[in-house]
Amino acid sequence: MASVSIIPSGDYKTSYGSDTTIFPTRTSRNFAILGVVLLLACPAFMDRYWLSLLIQIGYLGIAALGLNILVGFTGQISIGHSAFFGFGAFASAWANNSLGVPVALAIPLAGVMTTLVGLLFGMPAARLKGLYLAIATLAAQYILQDFFARADWFTGGTAGTIAEPLTVFGFAFDTDERFFYVALVALVVMYIIATNLMRTRDGRALVAVRDHYLSAEIMGINLTKYRTMSFGISAFYAGIGGALYAHYLQFVSVEGFTILFSIQFLGMIIIGGLGSIMGTLMGTAFMVFLPEAMQALTKLVSGTAIDTALNLKDNIAFLREMSIGLVIILFLVFEPDGLAHRWKQIKAYWKLYPFSH
Amino acid sequence: MTLLFQLLVNGLIVGALYGVVAMSFVLIYKASRIVNFAQGEFLLIGAWTCWWLLTSWQLPFWIGFPITLAFMLVFGVILQIVVLRPMIGEPIISVIMVTIGLSIVFQAAMKWMFGVFAKPFPPIFASPTVNLFGLEVQTVYVMSLLISILIMAGFGWFFKYSRTGLAMRATAFDQQVAQSLGISVRHMFAMSWAISAMVSAVAGVTVGVVNGVSSALSFFGIKVFPAVILGGLDSVIGAVVGGLIVGVLENMAHYLDSQWLNWGNMYEIAPFYVLIAILMIKPYGLFGTKDIERV
Repeated sequence: MASVSIIPSGDYKTSYGSDTTIFPTRTSRNFAILGVVLLLACPAFMDRYWLSLLIQIGYLGIAALGLNILVGFTGQISIGHSAFFGFGAFASAWANNSLGVPVALAIPLAGVMTTLVGLLFGMPAARLKGLYLAIATLAAQYILQDFFARADWFTGGTAGTIAEPLTVFGFAFDTDERFFYVALVALVVMYIIATNLMRTRDGRALVAVRDHYLSAEIMGINLTKYRTMSFGISAFYAGIGGALYAHYLQFVSVEGFTILFSIQFLGMIIIGGLGSIMGTLMGTAFMVFLPEAMQALTKLVSGTAIDTALNLKDNIAFLREMSIGLVIILFLVFEPDGLAHRWKQIKAYWKLYPFSH
Repeated sequence: MTLLFQLLVNGLIVGALYGVVAMSFVLIYKASRIVNFAQGEFLLIGAWTCWWLLTSWQLPFWIGFPITLAFMLVFGVILQIVVLRPMIGEPIISVIMVTIGLSIVFQAAMKWMFGVFAKPFPPIFASPTVNLFGLEVQTVYVMSLLISILIMAGFGWFFKYSRTGLAMRATAFDQQVAQSLGISVRHMFAMSWAISAMVSAVAGVTVGVVNGVSSALSFFGIKVFPAVILGGLDSVIGAVVGGLIVGVLENMAHYLDSQWLNWGNMYEIAPFYVLIAILMIKPYGLFGTKDIERV
């Protein structure tokens, strides 16, 4: 889980500040800014479909980052993340519809409400770890799913609930082109917060809890506090992601937040790299594009013998489901450190080219 | 009152099946410390294989069933060697995720091959119901209870008297010591998966005969968690007791719900509330060893 850092020889840090800096070189910072600027220009030349995929990466990436803080940085496992994501979606829609809170405030409020629910289910997390926690969160997933189906006042029951589009000063973010900016801003802000969190005392404490909880406790880290806190942060991110999802689609149905969705979140962070913030984004993008790739693959072989033998056209849903599971297994067996690690290796390779060993 | 009694009997019968599945889950956990989230898919694969042999090949049950068991044996061994063996020594999150990934793959593959709708087994018994203490009970239910008891007794004998069973217990107790006594730990791991897959398949076929085969079968793999946590993760007896309790409990919750509460869906959810409560109060369960780390 702990990623091996690839630092070129002779690159010695002389202060803590330079060791924990977000951008190690000026070039890397400029590239990051360039990337965001390029994304800002996306709605001008991309069609609806691609924009909707990018928006999906936005809100899913936020929720996945929360899960990575819990699983990758604190070493706690959760199989109920989609339930928290769903809770955030319903909470935001409910706050807006029933309490009349404006959407711009309902989204953070949903985050806070989800945090409270997360802390409630995180109470066993404070006492349990590893496998037992996995089972506890599995139970949380089913209990919350059941709650969604039953609580008519909150979720609209089986009929689902309608969420108003986000409106700021009379300007409604109700199309893909407009909402893209909301998702982008939220994504950048949430990622910067997480990156900075990991540079603080609290963030280092979380990593210490993951690496060796006994040593961490001896060093004066309150395990219960940090485990619970990590659960809360993770739920907060899930809640924000879910709220964005609700106001993007403008409709939330109770059926979407299944265990398969939770596993998809876990898949994102495993593919991206546990304990890597940028990796989370890569993993999310991978997971979002995977069904598209499957679709393209099906189109490619359509009409051939493989297609007729497997009847791909009617079974594309199962193919997608299977590909999720397969990708998770293959990554765990062959690249357990995820895409982030692979990316670092590629960078290191080109840095030393052509004299790498 | 008859309804209550009927539900109690139902609970015991279903609970016995939970117990069997929980036992095969515990078997893998005890031997190799792997939590198998794909246990439910073993039921599914076993049931579909048997169904396929019986309907497509028109084999009689007494031939098709042993073939199914043989297939599951090979399947379990191959699965352990190909997927789980490389995961030895990896952190617990990775191992859990691999079995979750497996469960998704198998479930999707089964839906792909056999469709999403429940399909009935060809009838196996001549008379559909028998009279038991003045209560009309389906023959398959009685058979399933008998099979469950038989498997449990078999497990008991296997671990107490057979050479392999003793070797397996030794492996579960301490791998290094077992190895130094000439036990092949690799064989024991493979064997535990094979036996687990086989026993799960028996349960899968039994449920399939009663309710028809569909992907709903894999929910047994989820229901197993309340049972094993209740009984203690590493106790075979605990698994049986836990399974029985969960079976009775969900039927009682259903009764309570239908009579007074009217919340709906308690049958499915009640075990999970119990699960959370147990994890809070007594995480090592009724019979488990107390070595769980409390923080």
